[in-house]
Amino acid sequence: MKRIVVLLTAVLAASPARAQSKLNVVTTTEDLASIAREVGGDRITVEAIAKGYQDPHFVEAKPSFILKLQKADVLVVVGRELEIGWLPPLIQQSRNSKIQPGSEGYLDASLKAQILEVPTTQVTRAMGDVHPLGNPHYWLDPENGKSIGREIAAKLEQFRPNERSYFEQQLTDFTARLDAAEKRWLAQTAPFKGMKVVTYHRSFPNFAERFGLDIIGYVEPKPGIPPSPQHTLDLINEMKRQNVKLVLVEPYFDLKTPNAIGRDTGAQVLVMPPSVGGVKEVTDYFKLFDYDINLLVEAIKKTGAK
Amino acid sequence: MRVTRFACASLVAGGLFLAPSSAFAQDTPQALRQEIDQLRKDFDSLKQQYGDRLSALEAKLAAAEGTPAAPAGAQPAPGQPPTAQVPAGAQGAGGPSGALPVYGAAGGSVGSSKVFNPDMAVIGDFLGASGRNTVSPAPALEMHESEAAFQAVVDPYARADFFVSFGEQGVNLEEGFLTFTELPGGLLTKVGKMRAAFGKVNTLHNHVLPWTDRPLVIQNLVGGEDGIDDAGFSVARLIPNPWIFLEATGQVLRGDSGETLFKSSERGDLSYVGHLRGYQDLSESTNIDLGLSYSGGHNASGVVDGLDAGRFRTNLYGVDATLRWKPLQRSIYHSFVGRTEVIWSRRDQFDGLQKAMGYYVSGDYQLGRRWFAGARYDRSDRADNASLLDSGQSLLLTYWPSEFSQVRGQYRRTKYAIGPTANELLFQFQFSIGAHGAHPF
Repeated sequence: MKRIVVLLTAVLAASPARAQSKLNVVTTTEDLASIAREVGGDRITVEAIAKGYQDPHFVEAKPSFILKLQKADVLVVVGRELEIGWLPPLIQQSRNSKIQPGSEGYLDASLKAQILEVPTTQVTRAMGDVHPLGNPHYWLDPENGKSIGREIAAKLEQFRPNERSYFEQQLTDFTARLDAAEKRWLAQTAPFKGMKVVTYHRSFPNFAERFGLDIIGYVEPKPGIPPSPQHTLDLINEMKRQNVKLVLVEPYFDLKTPNAIGRDTGAQVLVMPPSVGGVKEVTDYFKLFDYDINLLVEAIKKTGAK
Repeated sequence: MRVTRFACASLVAGGLFLAPSSAFAQDTPQALRQEIDQLRKDFDSLKQQYGDRLSALEAKLAAAEGTPAAPAGAQPAPGQPPTAQVPAGAQGAGGPSGALPVYGAAGGSVGSSKVFNPDMAVIGDFLGASGRNTVSPAPALEMHESEAAFQAVVDPYARADFFVSFGEQGVNLEEGFLTFTELPGGLLTKVGKMRAAFGKVNTLHNHVLPWTDRPLVIQNLVGGEDGIDDAGFSVARLIPNPWIFLEATGQVLRGDSGETLFKSSERGDLSYVGHLRGYQDLSESTNIDLGLSYSGGHNASGVVDGLDAGRFRTNLYGVDATLRWKPLQRSIYHSFVGRTEVIWSRRDQFDGLQKAMGYYVSGDYQLGRRWFAGARYDRSDRADNASLLDSGQSLLLTYWPSEFSQVRGQYRRTKYAIGPTANELLFQFQFSIGAHGAHPF
């Protein structure tokens, strides 16, 4: 009994100190971590589970991630079933009631973002590994980046109401810088509006819509299904017909088929990271667009294609 | 279309019924005839009008059929349950005809009940065997198991998981348990029937095994294919320390597992399982998973004529190690998993204590996005007669058409303690429909 009293006192004494400590935010991807860092500033600690250079659909549910989730105050997820293959068992084993889906500390960042490719007809796996709730790669549009920022700020304010003004200031600052950067990016890409490209996986629809790319096909015949010879042949013919000079490949896909397509069509194959951390230089959300857009613009200039 | 026809028919019927009633209101036959003529004219013009409208509608419908627009009648009248067309081939022969009500469809009067349905999946496991095995022959072709999974959150405090397996011998609840996710003290508690946390292979369902079968040591010492799978309680806790992931699990089960492994003759014959798991990332692509296991309970060797005369016990001790390598940037193309389990069995029976031991070592390398090659070495004494030693070797090749299906071939050579050596080629088709399950780790 005495021990329990001592323990309780210790817990009670510890709680005010805890309130002063930094909020511990865990995100599933480095993109969300970067935005959380922008908004949370020095009042939070942020850690991402998946690396930017790995396929976010196939992350291993390692027990070391359970330890991270166990200590999290807030868990920010991409949602739209991107993490369905690995996050649920991690959350279940986290023993952390705060971050269970539906709890206060669980934030699905997709809820207010603009989501593309939401199926309007019955989906079946004959279509490959389709995401029935729409394309989860929505962070590749800076407008959605702002929406993610707002969602995270609101969540942080909910946990730390006394620091509301700080988070609001951080959010305003982030949004303003993103607005300015977006103008710059749009100006950079404006001359190439309607540029036809092929991508490996359906990772870039939001990016393409924002910056005026026209994705005419995919190296994968269907989402999650590796390239087949017939599909590759059809794609090559279609690229030749439409004079497509760019193939964009996420860093975690094998370059063999894209390179073969490149050789056959004379198209350039670009390893284009869809995530922060996808390549070494891309260390935050701004640099992700800087890198991708520079890569594209340089390549387009080189091919001279239109 | 059907609605329009119905409306038209009812109008005509209504007109016929109304006509005589108004006719009786008249006195003279002259007036009556005029009235009838007038009605006939009205009726003809109505018929004409509806005919025109019908053909216009039909034309519109025919045009719309070419496009994927929402079909007519997709918006049912309020208060009516939404309907679905009877699937092709289901009509006639006493089957349902016309439209079937769809209960639980969004927007219907029974509304949102469907959204609370559990995640459902069915996994099929088809096995084939060729070659010679006179000791433990498997059928040439077998729909070995169809596993149905139902999983959902129960309430803010718990979730439930059910795995029902339909085999050739009947239906078996493989697992069915409640998990409390919200208990204080970092305890992860399960109640129900579950695969016990003894080693690695015992916790795995058939469809996540890296082989078509279970290793000899599991067959001989840990209760065969079903393994230690029993009703009871499970409590797991993470042990905080600055170095590694450490988890301790304790389980209390009824004491009935396998055919002869554990047999509970009275309520006190519970079996117990203890497991300690340590995990450490060696680098971002390599990690090691180590485990120590214990399980003990009453065995079936003392049961004579349905009475447990011997009251004998079996104690099992296990060590497992798993080494995984998966380069993150190429994680969907290459990986390696090496695993081993060593198990010691101490089985008391009428002829004294049998001290048996067995192990397996296996390795699986992912050659490409869809191809895996593996090998396994098996060696195990038999639990009830430790002087009998079985051993075996296997080579495996696995192909994944997609994340949801798998084809596997296994060449297995087994040297039995008694009987001729078996050389077999086993093959397996696995396929999964329904909810996207988690990838095994």
